Amino acid sequence: MSMNRRDFVKATGAAAAVGALGVPTLALGNTKKVVVVGGGTGGATAAKYLKLADESIDVTIIEPNENYYTCYMSNEVLGGKRGLDDIKQTYDGLKAHGIKVVHEAATGIDADKKVVKTASGEFPYDRCVVSPGVSMLYDKIEGYSAEAATKMPHAWKAGDQTKLLRGQLEAMDDGGVVIIVAPPNPYRCPPGPYERASQIAMYLQTEKPKSKVLILDPKQRFSKQGLFTQGWERLYGYGTDNALIEWLPGPDAAVTRIDADTKTCYTTFDEYAGAVVNVIPPQQAGQIAVDAGLADDSGWCPVNKKTFESTIHKGIHVIGDAAIATAMPKSGYSANSQGKVAAAAIIAMMNDEEPGVPSYVNTCYSIIGKDYGISVAAVYRLSEDGQTIAGVEGAGGLTPTDAPEFALAREVEYAYSWYDNIVYDIFA
Amino acid sequence: MAKATMITALAGGILALGLSATVAADDTPTAKMLVDTCAGCHGTNGNSVGPAAPSIAGMDPYVFTDMMYAFANGDTYSTIMGRIARGYTEEEWELMGEYLKSQTFEPADQTFETALVEKGGELHEEYCESCHVEGGKPLPDEEDYYILAGQWTPYLRNAMSDFQNDRRILPKKMGRKLESMLEAEGDEGLDALYAYYASFAGANQGDDE
Repeated sequence: MSMNRRDFVKATGAAAAVGALGVPTLALGNTKKVVVVGGGTGGATAAKYLKLADESIDVTIIEPNENYYTCYMSNEVLGGKRGLDDIKQTYDGLKAHGIKVVHEAATGIDADKKVVKTASGEFPYDRCVVSPGVSMLYDKIEGYSAEAATKMPHAWKAGDQTKLLRGQLEAMDDGGVVIIVAPPNPYRCPPGPYERASQIAMYLQTEKPKSKVLILDPKQRFSKQGLFTQGWERLYGYGTDNALIEWLPGPDAAVTRIDADTKTCYTTFDEYAGAVVNVIPPQQAGQIAVDAGLADDSGWCPVNKKTFESTIHKGIHVIGDAAIATAMPKSGYSANSQGKVAAAAIIAMMNDEEPGVPSYVNTCYSIIGKDYGISVAAVYRLSEDGQTIAGVEGAGGLTPTDAPEFALAREVEYAYSWYDNIVYDIFA
Repeated sequence: MAKATMITALAGGILALGLSATVAADDTPTAKMLVDTCAGCHGTNGNSVGPAAPSIAGMDPYVFTDMMYAFANGDTYSTIMGRIARGYTEEEWELMGEYLKSQTFEPADQTFETALVEKGGELHEEYCESCHVEGGKPLPDEEDYYILAGQWTPYLRNAMSDFQNDRRILPKKMGRKLESMLEAEGDEGLDALYAYYASFAGANQGDDE
């Protein structure tokens, strides 16, 4: 039978005695502290679910931005259906739960000392959650950089970049080519570039019908491909001379170099100039995770699949896009689900209990056109050997290709309902 | 009481599960862990902030299990719920149902046509109340209840559309009642019923559409 720390302190009767035994959390007193690095979908979920489960836990989120703009539904901002404010989330709800939010960038994590560092000081923790999302590997495309992204935006982190790309689309003359440079796997939101092409095509169809979207892709296949191409054929003339969307597969269409001033993309054999160019570069785990040594050679963070504790640094749990989560895609719903699994594991581990059996889910909607939505879903379990997160056989999967019209319209209804519910679950 | 059509067929299995549910296997997550996976679409602890996804907090656990079964085997048409429901075992459905039953249902905060509420109440009393007791509220002492009072209207509309288009099994008695209601009142009768159920809202009482 195990004894938790509080009992242990009571039993020894003297805090100093515990210190002498080298229990590092002693300096923090009896309050258990969790520091969450990154206040996006994963981090905010973990923080809230920790606090909901045990309000005595001292939870601090370290997040440089005052507000969070969700990447999900940001394609609707590009298409003009939503404004940027419609995807803005504040931290007021989390603060009302008693969660501290420090608007600073984490500059380092010391896994031995158990502190997160910022410009203003150090935040000690018993357990740390790292949910930094992705960082852009600008140098994988010659000529691309943070500076070049002010001319050829990636818009793969929502906010200013989304606004910039939307502004360029609005300013574009009819007849222009909008180029989307898709990234190689793995990356945040696998169907995202293709939903984006759909949303932009929907905008062009009514506002600038002589224009088109050209996707330059290093890949030969992509997420929900059959459903996307079916939708594009039905809505945007895909495959015809008047197509609003054209997709060029890799490896020939892999963009290796760009020129931000002329808005030109270079592949091995060709060059493509666009009126608007959206370059979504290759990605890896958010920079703080890499800097803290939490990533392996792949650039992503290996974790225990049951607890999301880093297999490199004990006491740190990595969730969301940055984590290697086997079959789970890098999506908002995955990050939300992982935040809950990690929160439950952290509470168990802080109480010296065995973490319970996890259950994970992902649902991902893509809105291809008006009243035309598609989805992919999966329920996941931990494999018997504990090494992989695997989809339950016979469950999950895609919208069927013979889905009737009313069902495609309902998927849009459910997508909107999902958005309202998940942001409430995370931030309210 | 509103009798779920599949419950009879399932009764043996569910009863058996009921006996074994207390002996949770080592590979079964806790009920809370399972229900937390629903929250992204159905709201924290099952209270949806709407509009199309229904609240599932406070549901009757037998009805919950019954609905999951019907989604999983296709008796009830769904876009996504069949794909999700098949990801859990029957024992897990039951755990989820019991957990959701323990959550307090919060009536949807939504707008509705106040002018139709009174009519809707009368129609409910005449055609629906004998099965959907007290307007279809979650009632601790009742069995097999379906939450209508305070449920999201877009969900009720979709569910009714499924009943009317052979996408969900329409119990015989409900079919007869629905037919006579529609003969007498037309589709406006349904609108009145939706307004009546929406009028059970908490914070936003009676805002006109």
